[in-house]
Amino acid sequence: MNKDRFYKFILSSSVVVLIALVAVILVLLVENSLMSIKEFSYTMFTKNEWDPVQKSFLLISMPFALFLALFLGEYNTSGYIHNFVKSCVELLAGIPSLIYGFWGLFIFVPMIRDAQMYFGVIPYGVGLLTATLILAIMITPYSASLAQEVIRLVPRDLKEASYALGATRLETIRRIIIPYALSGLFAGVLLSLGRALGETMAVTMVIGNSNFIPKDLFSPANTMSSIIANEFTEATDPLHLSALIEIALILFVTTSVINLLGKYIIKKMVIK
Amino acid sequence: MENPILKLKNFNVYYDDVRVVNNIDINFEKNKITAIMGPSGCGKTTLLRAINRMHDFTPNARVEGEILLDNEDLNQMDAINVRRKIGMVFQRPNPFPTMSIYDNVISGYKLNGIKLKKAEQDEIVENSLTKSALWKEVKDTLHKRGSFLSGGQQQRLCIARTLAMKPEIILLDEPTSALDPIATQFIEELFLDLKKEVTLILVTHNMSQAARISNDTAFLYLGDLVEFGKTKRMFTTPENKRTEEYLIGKIG
Ligand SMILES: Nc1ncnc2c1ncn2[C@@H]1O[C@H](COP(=O)(O)OP(=O)(O)OP(=O)(O)O)[C@@H](O)[C@H]1O
Ligand SMILES: [Mg+2]
Repeated sequence: MNKDRFYKFILSSSVVVLIALVAVILVLLVENSLMSIKEFSYTMFTKNEWDPVQKSFLLISMPFALFLALFLGEYNTSGYIHNFVKSCVELLAGIPSLIYGFWGLFIFVPMIRDAQMYFGVIPYGVGLLTATLILAIMITPYSASLAQEVIRLVPRDLKEASYALGATRLETIRRIIIPYALSGLFAGVLLSLGRALGETMAVTMVIGNSNFIPKDLFSPANTMSSIIANEFTEATDPLHLSALIEIALILFVTTSVINLLGKYIIKKMVIK
Repeated sequence: MENPILKLKNFNVYYDDVRVVNNIDINFEKNKITAIMGPSGCGKTTLLRAINRMHDFTPNARVEGEILLDNEDLNQMDAINVRRKIGMVFQRPNPFPTMSIYDNVISGYKLNGIKLKKAEQDEIVENSLTKSALWKEVKDTLHKRGSFLSGGQQQRLCIARTLAMKPEIILLDEPTSALDPIATQFIEELFLDLKKEVTLILVTHNMSQAARISNDTAFLYLGDLVEFGKTKRMFTTPENKRTEEYLIGKIG
């Protein structure tokens, strides 16, 4: 009995520590960004910062992730090819983001630079497009595995009913699987977005760091997390520091909301 | 046999290298109900799924031998065509939850990308629901989700969905085993009505169901077709010892 209470104590105290941690982070972020909030109120974000990268990457990444998921979940559900593709996806998902950053810097940036010279724009190499592509490559495996999990939840007897009515695989995917999995797939997009918002290193390395709204896809830009990573060490002015912390606060809140929403939708789908 | 619509000759089904349907010869009569019985795992579902080519989706399944539908080799036909001619109703009612009752009934057309005029659709929906004895109950809620219906109603909706494709044969894999006795009785009466238009092949564990509604009965045991004949004769004077043991409840 005593032992039981001891374990219960240990378990509940770790829960308390965890909750406290979240609270402390939140309080510190709010406290330290107060100065900046007072100074600029919230105009800072609408004025000269935005996060186009994390949204435009979705356009590239999501269809590709869905195709991968359908390939793995519906067309090629076992065998060598399935296992090979699946391992590749898992491998890609496990690579630290720093590696992607280096890869982007050494392989992607020169390629983009060549393209820029060809089109006659200033050949920065780094910039919005590069960051978007890197992010797309990084997040796709994550999104694909989420999508595959969601598609796996579509009951087998619905698919069989569809086939038994004479539908082909493609027709079954379009009219049965995707409609059934829609809310879950949407949640997958949200979770991917949440992950991309916080993605720091790779993006920081290739985005070019410019705090102005970029004129076009090739221009250098910044994301919330890349600003923090780039400027933190050099922010000596307290107001600058406070502004960075405000960015962190906003990042914290948006990613939390997005993650909670995404998980909530997926949970509802599992219960259904 | 007067008028067989479907004939199986030397028919085998394998999963990987394991043979689960052994060299079966059987003819299914047109506009009759043929029951397939046998202990669990004897290969009833496997046999049934070979008839509408569902094994095409099971990578490790392989069939051998001949199936003739109206004297045409079914395994040489286009599989999509086969499945439109041979419908299937499953053990658990499985209406499409993302569709309304109406859309469920015409889902076969939608899935196949067949465009119909609104009037044609309405007619098919009303006809199929009437034949499946569901029309009166749902005619005012056609545009509600099918998943709100009771189990028995859902199963009748699945039957309507199959009937809408105007099949020649309907395969029924224990279609009432998930239903209560009243819903079961209702569906049994429905089958007796339906056999005027279609041929029914009914897998069932329920011996009294087979006795009540089937014309012929096939008894499978460990993949072998042990006995096949008129239901009445088989239930009164089974020829094979195993059939007799199954009927009196010794095996199964
Ligand atoms: N996909 C598969 N791969 C390998 N073996 C299978 C597969 N599906 C079924 N089997 C095996 O084939 C045999 C026949 O199965 P089947 O489902 O046809 O039996 P059944 O007569 O329908 O049984 P029940 O009355 O329980 O529904 C069983 O031994 C089963 O384990
Ligand atoms: Mg079965």
